[in-house]
Amino acid sequence: MYWSEEIETIGRKELEKLQLRRLRTSLRRAASSRFYRELFQNAAIKPEEIRSLKDLTRLPFTTKADLRHSYPGGMLAVDPEKVVRIHASSGTTGQSTVVYHTAHDLDGWTDLVTRCLVMAGCTPRDIFQNMMSYGLFTGGLGLHYGAERLGMMVIPVGGGNTDRQIQFFRDFGTTVIHITPSYALHLNDVIKDMGLSHRDFKLRLLIFGAEPYSEATRAKIVEAYRVDTYNCYGLSEMNGPGVAFECGASDGMHVWEDNYIVEVIDPESGESLPPGKIGEVVLTTLNREAMPLIRYRTRDLAFLYEDTSCPCGRNFRRLSRIVGRADDMLIVRGVNVFPSQVEQVLMKLPEVGTNYQLLLDRVENLDRMTVRVEISGRMFHGEVGELRALRKKIQHELKEQILLTTEVELMEPGALPPSRGKAKRVIDNREI
Amino acid sequence: MTIWNKKFECISPGELEQLQLERLQSTLNRVSRNVVFYQKIFEREGIIPERIRELSDLRRIPFTSRRTLRAAYPYDMFAVPLREVVRLQTSSGTTQEPIVVGYTRNDVEHWTELVARVLTGAGINRDDVIQISFDYGLFPGALGMHYGAEAVGASVIPASTAGSRRQITVMRDFRSTVLIAAPGYGLRLARMIREMKINPQDLFLRVGLFGAETWSENLRRELEERLRIKAYDFYGLSELFNPGVASECEAQNGLHIFEDHFIPEIIDPGTGRPLDFGEEGELVLTSITKEAFPLIRYRTGDITTLIKGKCSCGRTLVRMARVKGRTDDMFSVLGVSVFPSQVEEILTRIEGTEPHFQIRIDREADREVVKLLVEISPEIFSDEMKKMQKLKREIKGEIYKLLDLEVEVKLVEPGALIGRGEGVRRVIDNRNRG
Amino acid sequence: MPHQVAVFLENKPGKLERVTGLLAGAGINIRAITIADSGDFGVLKLLVDKPAITCNILAQNGLVATVRRVVAMKIPDKPGGLLNIARILTRQKINIDDAYGFVLKSGETAVFVIQVKDPDTAADLLKAEGIQLLGDNDLYFL
Repeated sequence: MYWSEEIETIGRKELEKLQLRRLRTSLRRAASSRFYRELFQNAAIKPEEIRSLKDLTRLPFTTKADLRHSYPGGMLAVDPEKVVRIHASSGTTGQSTVVYHTAHDLDGWTDLVTRCLVMAGCTPRDIFQNMMSYGLFTGGLGLHYGAERLGMMVIPVGGGNTDRQIQFFRDFGTTVIHITPSYALHLNDVIKDMGLSHRDFKLRLLIFGAEPYSEATRAKIVEAYRVDTYNCYGLSEMNGPGVAFECGASDGMHVWEDNYIVEVIDPESGESLPPGKIGEVVLTTLNREAMPLIRYRTRDLAFLYEDTSCPCGRNFRRLSRIVGRADDMLIVRGVNVFPSQVEQVLMKLPEVGTNYQLLLDRVENLDRMTVRVEISGRMFHGEVGELRALRKKIQHELKEQILLTTEVELMEPGALPPSRGKAKRVIDNREI
Repeated sequence: MTIWNKKFECISPGELEQLQLERLQSTLNRVSRNVVFYQKIFEREGIIPERIRELSDLRRIPFTSRRTLRAAYPYDMFAVPLREVVRLQTSSGTTQEPIVVGYTRNDVEHWTELVARVLTGAGINRDDVIQISFDYGLFPGALGMHYGAEAVGASVIPASTAGSRRQITVMRDFRSTVLIAAPGYGLRLARMIREMKINPQDLFLRVGLFGAETWSENLRRELEERLRIKAYDFYGLSELFNPGVASECEAQNGLHIFEDHFIPEIIDPGTGRPLDFGEEGELVLTSITKEAFPLIRYRTGDITTLIKGKCSCGRTLVRMARVKGRTDDMFSVLGVSVFPSQVEEILTRIEGTEPHFQIRIDREADREVVKLLVEISPEIFSDEMKKMQKLKREIKGEIYKLLDLEVEVKLVEPGALIGRGEGVRRVIDNRNRG
Repeated sequence: MPHQVAVFLENKPGKLERVTGLLAGAGINIRAITIADSGDFGVLKLLVDKPAITCNILAQNGLVATVRRVVAMKIPDKPGGLLNIARILTRQKINIDDAYGFVLKSGETAVFVIQVKDPDTAADLLKAEGIQLLGDNDLYFL
């Protein structure tokens, strides 16, 4: 199923021609912003000297810090009158960032989201409960526009109010939801507490948004909801959701390469990495007017697939799931650890609940990592001996996977703060 | 000033009548085929849509009430198959049987067009930067304004419910020229501007559009002065379009009702008798273009008058006065509409007996405070303080959960809410006093 | 076993005067009075000589009042007098919802009153510990 069959099944050669053409336009547009005008002046290669896609790598990166420094207007590449939407994010640290859109940009974004939904098998008959928050955050409005273009019935419920979400599942016969994985887990706990199950709903598709999570978490969610799940990748700097999306093969997310050029680099050296190697995803917009971004470092960690052909008929490069954030990478006693690796281990164990936390501190100048994990309700009434054995097992599995000895604290179900939206998993109390 | 859709906003009376009649007939046809509720009513009253030949024939059809809509939850009033519905919105923040309103693609297009008229009427155009500070989501106000603003070609900042400090930062950094908010929230933002030591003259705001709750001329002046803007009123109804039923033009002498989409009547709320121009009564609306959720002679509960005569702006569409109040004590705080009956239901469930209560709304230092006074009865009294405090917490919590409304609960002695015989006044709204 | 009357009162000037006025008018004698306050409202607790009549009078005048049995005990009015009782209550795991005390004769005897879920069991336990309990009549005619 395609939304725009011609472009979605384009051959690699054609695609690369299109990319080069659009890249040149994008660079020309970017140069009308204050930020890029200055950046290109000092660059090793001038935008007009770009002759091939390879030449792109000779241009400097754009970073989140650049976005902050040029706030509010430094990256705007069109006359302000052409701007029809402003999305601003308030970073937890430092200054805000902003992304501008023209009508053309919104139209392009909407079209990409519609492609994603069609790829997942959504139709105008579906009833879509959009559980991501609306407003300045792009998750809600992004999917909203795409679903509307496709003709689905959109329930713009936004985040929160768990009881109401569940009531709507039943009353409206919701078939498709857009939700963060951690909220999906929390919601399932509430559904169980209410004595309900997937049988009481008509859900058939679940689209994940906005946070990294593991295959094991996905398996838990599939088991609980009995739905097909689709991974969605996006970030507000690149519009929002709809940069890359899974097809029915559930094996990597197709990057809409007619709209973005994707690279994966070593986050330390900035060198390009070959397919299969995990590194930082770098994106260049090819179809944006108001705010083109060139070689933008996303801080998201993933790898590209080698193979560009896919049974679904699309030749767009596939990106692996996001394994973590370059900023999330923890260095514990010199070992690189991603919270997602810990999650992977925990979620495989049936005795373990859905909520966990990583606590880092320093004891006598040595890093210590403590994993706090809720045990599932069933185990909580078990023998003390069993609990001790479980703790050992978790320690052992973690040691196998991340090569670190960790402390493990078992918690009662519900003892950790419940996740609503993006979960806060890591507490780093080390003084550095 | 510009008029968004001259063809319809300045239509001649004769043409309008013809248009209304045609659209009414087709609406009546549609509901008599697809909505069981109307089918039954038409059968009972012997109404045959084809035989409606004059607009005054509409008066033979009984009213539709809010209660009917609640009973129809979720889909019974829909006049099209669900696959043609592209949007659901609800009429208030309640969990207990909200009124669910569906929209087809055409409905969304009409709605968007009408909101573009609202904005244009307030002098807003494509050069404006519009900050929408309504809660995005199920409440239609935010998305309605959003689509209209996009149609006008302005820059839209979907600020939603970001905190007031952040609202002001956004307003300053992106040079918002238009603020769309509940009037009470407008005041809160004015206060935050002062708190952040920003001179309102350094901001670029020039127009404010306020709605979603009843407000007064006094408050208009206050908002205009403190935010250095011109403030406009608009009228909408979540069961129809909200916003998008009526709005002020630059003359600010009443709100033009979009009569090419709605037929207005004013009735005596007690007897249902139709009233004339200038007579105060309840507004009744019939939608004549809506596909998914058409309503015939819907009692809005809003009290107003229809204004006769030409408007200096050139629009020919009839005007209604600003809404004066409600027939049913419904009140709105920061965009959340609440009926006292909903509070009553919650209290009855908690107390297990008929509750006596009163809702008092005050404006304290630009903040709207809703106090819920609950009379103590022997059934709920306990000499254990912690049980009484738990009761207060429970009432507060349930009301927040079910109605999205933050209240301060006060327990009072029996009879404190005066004159039980003559009935307690359910809502005392002190916001628009003085 | 003594009876305690509890009344719901809004926290406003003149409220206490109203209650005491009603009781004085009916010739009711107050032995002890305590107010638990929660900001906007309070619960007034009274030990009176005619609890049932008190309750009726208050209800007739539109107030909400209840009666419950409490445990009252005699303790010596000297340092450590209350400590002994507290130890016993802890040992016997008696959970107290509310408590108050008043002096009968300075330097000699005081009365300690506790409000508990199950006054009968509490009374039995305290009696077994050798504590002297007071009944309705003992309280008012001391």
